[in-house]
Amino acid sequence: MLFLLETVISGLMAGVMYALVALGFVLIFKASGIFNFAQGVFALFAGLALYDFIATDGWFYELFGFALPVWLGIIATMGVMIIVAWLVEFLVLRHLVNQEPIILFMSTIGLAYFLEGLGDILFGSDVKPLDIGLPQGASDYLLDNFNLYVEKLEVVAAVVAAVLVVVLAIFFQKTRIGRALRAVADDHQAALSVGISLRTIWVIVWSVSGFVALVAGVMWGSKSGIQFSLSLIALKALPVLILGGFTSVPGAIIGGLIIGVGEKVAEVFAGPYVGGAIENWFAYVLALGFLLIRPQGLFGEKIIERV
Amino acid sequence: MFYREAGQFKTSYKADQAIFTITQDKFFVGLVLIVAFCVVPIFINDYWANAILIQFLVYALAALGLNILTGYCGQVSLGTGGFMAVGAYASYKLVTSFPEMNFVLAILLSGGITAAVGVVFGLPSLRIKGFYLAVATLAAQFFLVWLFNKVGWFFNYSPTGMIVSPPREMFGFLVTGPEAHPGARYLFCLTFVAVFALAAKNLVRGRVGRSWMAIRDMDIAAELIGIRPLEAKLTAFAVSSFYIGVAGALYFNVWLGTAEPTEAFDINQSFFVLFIVIIGGLGSILGSFLGAAFMVLIPILMKNIMVDGFGFAVGAAKHAEVMLLGTLIILFLIVEPHGLARLWEILKEKLRKWPFPY
Repeated sequence: MLFLLETVISGLMAGVMYALVALGFVLIFKASGIFNFAQGVFALFAGLALYDFIATDGWFYELFGFALPVWLGIIATMGVMIIVAWLVEFLVLRHLVNQEPIILFMSTIGLAYFLEGLGDILFGSDVKPLDIGLPQGASDYLLDNFNLYVEKLEVVAAVVAAVLVVVLAIFFQKTRIGRALRAVADDHQAALSVGISLRTIWVIVWSVSGFVALVAGVMWGSKSGIQFSLSLIALKALPVLILGGFTSVPGAIIGGLIIGVGEKVAEVFAGPYVGGAIENWFAYVLALGFLLIRPQGLFGEKIIERV
Repeated sequence: MFYREAGQFKTSYKADQAIFTITQDKFFVGLVLIVAFCVVPIFINDYWANAILIQFLVYALAALGLNILTGYCGQVSLGTGGFMAVGAYASYKLVTSFPEMNFVLAILLSGGITAAVGVVFGLPSLRIKGFYLAVATLAAQFFLVWLFNKVGWFFNYSPTGMIVSPPREMFGFLVTGPEAHPGARYLFCLTFVAVFALAAKNLVRGRVGRSWMAIRDMDIAAELIGIRPLEAKLTAFAVSSFYIGVAGALYFNVWLGTAEPTEAFDINQSFFVLFIVIIGGLGSILGSFLGAAFMVLIPILMKNIMVDGFGFAVGAAKHAEVMLLGTLIILFLIVEPHGLARLWEILKEKLRKWPFPY
């Protein structure tokens, strides 16, 4: 029983991590209808940049002779992500307006390749331990009182994700820019006709998802070091997305939790019978099962087709 | 001026419906075939066969298959790598279990097995569409690769988990294994590709192909005019998987010789073939070939220029190559989203009018 509980908790925590990546996808898909495959590489890139700002063996240290404190490093990385967002809009998206969704999707794969190569060249491809002072190891309190093994870092990640969702919700619902973003998500042309600049909105939304990528990069980086495999978490986030629906922020969170728990429980209880390592595909099959019942995902907008 | 159909009259419906209606086209295609079948094998050596030609042929065949599904029927699939693995492992099991079996038959049968698997994984397409389907096909990719990695029966319980293609002969010439002459392997692949390209061209011009295209353009409207989505989508999945399965069998048997599922058939294969299809041109048979040539040649070219030309370290060149490839893909999508096949059309149009502007 305790073991099951532990499995479920670790699944929930893993789910939060997936949800962090899935959030970035949802934001961009909502605002521009682009399925951004590069989101995972964004997280990697943000993590690499942050490491470079705060560590003593990066470019930044070499150039200026000192490393930034963590909070300043995070702000600087955010600046880098905003520049990346602006460049993406300026160099890629602007020229691909009105293209088929699949063309846009392929262009984001191209973008993923580009950022991957660039990240490797700029920062090197070895594993970098990211330590920004987040608590590590198991929580003593839970271990002593309830005999539960829970990673502190994962608890922090869950809290951060919750805060992030609340902040995003407020940003979307209450602010002027948020309203404009929702208008663009609803209908590009109507938004244009009331004077919302699509280009500005796109830069903003890519920056916001860059910010989400930074958070995801920090969390994953603190957990397992910043390395190339970080970009592959995009593949982990995809079943979360189709499960929750491409267009729903709460869907990304709930989808993440379902996938995280389902994956862990299946791996622990069914895995040994079929040879293990089923984590890779189980999430997809789970999501596929859900899709057969609800083709637009759990919280996605109903797809209405007209001839 | 050189490419003008003036004076070429068609007097029958059959002539009007021919694949190549213009004499210059017939001549050009015939010339390419003659060079490919008769001239190239004379000059071929191991480097050309392994690094460029066989790779090109295998990927062109896989791209043909994916183009049928994505370009003609509009169902985006990211499971190509997984289906290639099915073809490879099916051929491996067939060849090792029935050593007497004709090699061509074994490859065709493994294509058939892949088609059956493809239909199973195509079933969700009846219910889900667009990117939801694309992600759903990833289930095939991950599940199949995992299956071939974990279940010992598929790789005959070899301790390394690798599969090795046993040497097989066609007409007395070895076509697989390290002893095989590159020319024989090349011709073996080429024959498959030529026959299958012709079949695909005819398939997409016929009733089945038109029903695929109707589904692609608007599935509800297609349903209203009496096309069965079930039939159209599943035949597309079957035919496409058949092609990809054969490509996978050739990829493993003739090109690589040995394979290990997590590396040879990983998700990057799926993306690679999808890139070929998009860059070549969605819904174009010729595009699959042009795209394959582009995607096979560009990395080799870039590597040669960077390592030999500018003396980059191999590791740095690899990263720069990935980066440049990404840039090229984006650039290409911006300049010509309809792919190389569209560029070819434009060129033909220009040739027709040359030297006048219109």
